[in-house]
Amino acid sequence: MINLTVNGQQHAVDADPDKPLLWVLREDLGLTGTKYGCGVAACGACTVHVDGEAARSCSLPLRSVAKAAIVTIEGLAASTALPAGQLHPVQDAWIRGQVPQCGYCQSGMIMTVAALLDKNASPTPGEIDSALGNLCRCGTYARVRKAIQSLVAKA
Amino acid sequence: MKRRTFLLGTAAVAGGLALGYRVWSAGFDAQAAALAGTGTGAGALLAGWVKIGADDVVTVYVPHADMGQGTHTALAMMLADELDADWARVRTERAPADKAFANRFLAQGWVLQGWQLPSFLTSTVGAGFAEAARFINLQITGGSTAVRFTGQGLRVVGAAARSMLAEAAARRWQVDAKTLSVASSVVSHPPSGRSARFGELAADAATLTAPSDPQLKARRDHKLIGRSLPRLDVPAKVTGEMQYGIDLSLPDMLHAAVRSAPVHGGKLVAIDVAPALKFDGVERVVKLESSVAVVAKSFWQARRALDALHPVFDDGGNGGASTRTHFDQQARMLADGKASSVHRSGDAEAMLKAAPADRIVEATYRVPFLHHAAMEPINATAQFKKGELIVWAGEQDALGSKAALAASLGLAADKVTLHALPIGGAFGRRIAQTSQHLALVAEIAKVVSPRPVKMIWTREEDFAQGAYRPAVSTYIRAALGADGRPTAWSQVYVDLAGPGRREGYQIPYDIPAQSLNVVAGKTHVRTGTWRSVAHSQHAFYTECFMDELAAAAGRDPFEYRRDLLPTGSRLRKVLELAAEKAEWAKPLAPGAARGLALVESFGTIVAHVIEASLGADGSPQVHRVTAAVDCGDVCHPDNATAQVEGAIIMGLSAAIGEQITIEQGEVVQKNFPDYPLLTFANAPPRIDVHFLASDGPWGGLGEPGLPPVAPALANAMFAISGKRQRILPLTAAA
Repeated sequence: MINLTVNGQQHAVDADPDKPLLWVLREDLGLTGTKYGCGVAACGACTVHVDGEAARSCSLPLRSVAKAAIVTIEGLAASTALPAGQLHPVQDAWIRGQVPQCGYCQSGMIMTVAALLDKNASPTPGEIDSALGNLCRCGTYARVRKAIQSLVAKA
Repeated sequence: MKRRTFLLGTAAVAGGLALGYRVWSAGFDAQAAALAGTGTGAGALLAGWVKIGADDVVTVYVPHADMGQGTHTALAMMLADELDADWARVRTERAPADKAFANRFLAQGWVLQGWQLPSFLTSTVGAGFAEAARFINLQITGGSTAVRFTGQGLRVVGAAARSMLAEAAARRWQVDAKTLSVASSVVSHPPSGRSARFGELAADAATLTAPSDPQLKARRDHKLIGRSLPRLDVPAKVTGEMQYGIDLSLPDMLHAAVRSAPVHGGKLVAIDVAPALKFDGVERVVKLESSVAVVAKSFWQARRALDALHPVFDDGGNGGASTRTHFDQQARMLADGKASSVHRSGDAEAMLKAAPADRIVEATYRVPFLHHAAMEPINATAQFKKGELIVWAGEQDALGSKAALAASLGLAADKVTLHALPIGGAFGRRIAQTSQHLALVAEIAKVVSPRPVKMIWTREEDFAQGAYRPAVSTYIRAALGADGRPTAWSQVYVDLAGPGRREGYQIPYDIPAQSLNVVAGKTHVRTGTWRSVAHSQHAFYTECFMDELAAAAGRDPFEYRRDLLPTGSRLRKVLELAAEKAEWAKPLAPGAARGLALVESFGTIVAHVIEASLGADGSPQVHRVTAAVDCGDVCHPDNATAQVEGAIIMGLSAAIGEQITIEQGEVVQKNFPDYPLLTFANAPPRIDVHFLASDGPWGGLGEPGLPPVAPALANAMFAISGKRQRILPLTAAA
């Protein structure tokens, strides 16, 4: 048993310590909002927050995050001081900007952006591009940038 | 919309009205029924249902997959507009994969309106069923068809339902239906001040006969069509709640990881399964003809155990094949002249023979295999129980895939159920023709019956077992007249889908003598339909070669094309709009240049102007893309823009850096690091999409933004360097 803190809740997980966090979240905790895309930390679909930092959960063994505070897309809004039921500002910007197409990469995209804006409330276009290594096959890049800009302008 | 007979069938549902429709002449009905051999009587072949509940909720059943195109919202808008429904009460559901929901509007578009059945459909089903499938078995998401075909049908359904609801109110209040008004899901009678909600009228309406020719609104009366309403699918896609196929969980479900013969067509020869069985959670190893599967309690356990195996596959005799042998073979085919004609006007060969050598331009172009690389890797879940197969999967053509699955397993069609789930991108990968993953999971489900099993392909397996955009080539010659205008164009191209495909080759310019010829290429590599299908290569050939002709004539590429298009034509207007919005004539900084391309596909005309420069390594850096689009009417402008933006990004990604190569018969690329998709870092900082105000017929939008991208960029690179790029991807030639 390994104790894991996800979205503010403690879980005792009965899984191999080598099992990547991605599959623990999806298979052991039923949190399927975090997606499998490549398994080699190349696409960003599996991005979660580990102690406030964006991290690619497909390449993090369970043993390495046992003491960390993990936040997934399901817990992103609640991880801030917002009233229950309200969306995180990044999620809200994604709806206003009608960003997703198929949507599969967007959990990871939103988690990456939320972590970026936590550190840097007004990133330059260059900082945005270099922070976002996430892949989107539908080609939502222009809308992702615009949605981030709408938050930067507000900040 | 043309007048024709609409027969609408109604059915009472719990307290409400369910309306299906048939837009079919009696002759087609009989033919379809006879071909299907199912004895389907009139009224049985209904499609495109709308349900109006006592609670006022209007549910639109959409016979298309949601894979990011936004068409569920657009189609619901089209129906709700004609219905005068309260948009806040409109929902969508994916239509079940059942013949009753076959999308006959597609068939209507293709067959009755003279559209050819797209080539990708012709081999999706067995020969015996193929003709019937042409008429009734269409539930496919492809060919950029949703709004232009299905949507037009759904408008009719909406108008019919509106008429029936009004008629129900007229009878209840004993007034003339003409004195009623309908708005926001309420029917009212202004003279008496009476009103009733749709939900209060639905049960009565269900007892009425549907009108044979419901009146559609004029464009100026549209309340929803033409507006950018928030898409219905977006909220669940930002909260992580959207359930794709890969997210499915069933009681008692097992998980499978698989590896199939890396040389397509190869067979499993030998395997020692013992190493896998030592791992925790592993239930069994399943040996299949061309694959091995490890079944375990979780996917990660299955995958880890699979990695410990060393299956031996044969190469089916194709171990010597490579990208080089593939294109060498095509070069010989293009040279030997044994092609069949697809289009001929005038005598291009004679004119080329007669033309002086310095008036002849010739070139060879080629494009690589491309992987779909949708972000959701291929996956599917199946359960085999009491002789029946149930499959849950994200498929573009649920009905076609179901039929193909039944055929491949030797099951009667009614023993197979397919639950079609939302897809994390497909781009042509998940059609019946290339749904071998469904047969694979079904074989595994047979072995572990009656437990359900979810199979996920690792990204490596997804790359290795793709159904790639064909790697093909062409040889073109043209003669220029004294004024520089082309007088003759002769082309032979390789098509791996065979000589029967008639898609994408059109040359829209005024060239008096044209000779277009196809030769059927061969490969053991599985190929399929990739966003925009054959247009993806033909646009590159045609629009790059047009640029070569302009250069040979010493003309500006925009003016040269424009002068070869009729004044006032839609093509010319689109070209001119793109040039105007892109400031074609405005000088750029040294080292930068613009290129353009103009392509009609799927009923829509798109011109792109791409502004680019070259990096230190000679690779293209795109600064700005300007698109001009004529798709006729636009249902949802913001989503239409998003589709074109996405197609531009995907087109750039492919043009700049993507290629699948073959060595020793196997696909070389394993995962994203060796198949570089476009990233934020190299995505153009500026994309502008302009829609032409047009009275043309509705066109498609999921695909047409893609074909002009590669040629526009290649033409920009020529304008910068004077060096012509005739091979994709463009970085390969840099």
